[in-house]
Amino acid sequence: MPLKAKCKECGADIEIPDDALPGEIVSCPDCGLEYEIVSISAGKVELKLAEDIGEDWGE
Amino acid sequence: MPDITIIFDRLRWEEKELFEKGKELGLDINMLDVKSEPKELTNLNRDPQIADIVLQRTISHYRGLYYAAILENYGHTVINSFITSLLCGNKLLTTLLLAKNGIPTPKTYAAFSMESALKVIDKLGYPVVLKPIVGSWGRMIAKINDKEQAESILETREMLTDPQQQIYYIQEYVKRPPRDIRGIVVNGHVIAAIYRYQPEDDWRTNIARGGKAEQIKIDGELEDLMIKASNVVNAKLVGVDAMETENGYVIHELNNNLEFHGAFQATGIDIAREIMSYVKELVKN
Ligand SMILES: Nc1ncnc2c1ncn2[C@@H]1O[C@H](COP(=O)(O)OP(=O)(O)O)[C@@H](O)[C@H]1O
Ligand SMILES: [Mg+2]
Ligand SMILES: [Zn+2]
Repeated sequence: MPLKAKCKECGADIEIPDDALPGEIVSCPDCGLEYEIVSISAGKVELKLAEDIGEDWGE
Repeated sequence: MPDITIIFDRLRWEEKELFEKGKELGLDINMLDVKSEPKELTNLNRDPQIADIVLQRTISHYRGLYYAAILENYGHTVINSFITSLLCGNKLLTTLLLAKNGIPTPKTYAAFSMESALKVIDKLGYPVVLKPIVGSWGRMIAKINDKEQAESILETREMLTDPQQQIYYIQEYVKRPPRDIRGIVVNGHVIAAIYRYQPEDDWRTNIARGGKAEQIKIDGELEDLMIKASNVVNAKLVGVDAMETENGYVIHELNNNLEFHGAFQATGIDIAREIMSYVKELVKN
């Protein structure tokens, strides 16, 4: 069974892929809000709101 | 201690891929989120949690730049180094270095006031290109088509609070096909190259702006130029941007903060594995 988390904004279920790692971004399938995975272990996942795109991001 | 530490702030496809391919090559890798802990600047000992060899993979230019400075002062080896990131991350410094080393690059000026910027724009003629000296993904790059546009764009730049926005990097518009060329250079070898075709609604070819990647086999002349360009900034891992002109190739940008998902999809070349194979050689030595 894939891990799930609840979207704080709209309450929808966010599925966490099996190979997910801390630092990765997942987004809410309903409202699109982006979360960063803080930790993931033993069937528990902790999320925080992802950072907005920075002006110094990317190549 | 692990063999390699990959530092990051957002785990993109690229970082996961580097981690996976490194594992396949038998490397013990730890992943370190630079956002997690502060670093002391006044006690410069090696950090026992961090490997001697560090692969710097932050999406934020400044985080990666300063984290590299700190870890180098602690005695770690960082790919790319602080100085490489500084030089590649700043288009004014990159252009100076390319010119100094005889690598063809578009004609470019720096202007330090709006009036002087207008003067050089008029002299170069239209269209002309204005870029932020630190910038990425084609953001804030303007193709200016006439004097009216020049004035309004410069006036907008004058109002921005970041003083770097009032250093005007002004470049001739290069007459090129609707594409440019991206080469990925790892330790002095071009391991993959693509055309990047500009999308219908944009003149810029960045993948982040919808540019379409297509595999190419570059000729020896361009290969040499790309390798030379990577050497002038001592980059071990760099995306070299080039354009085709009537008079041969020009190199216009060096990207130390390399993204390679698009190039991988277009070429099928296992770029992450090539990078990690190079990093593995460093570990052995
Ligand atoms: N002088 C120029 N003439 C024509 N096209 C240009 C010129 N400079 C940049 N471009 C186009 O804009 C894109 C982004 O410019 P670049 O200098 O690479 O900045 P960035 O750091 O934002 O990628 C290039 O890949 C190219 O398609
Ligand atoms: Mg570029
Ligand atoms: Zn939601």
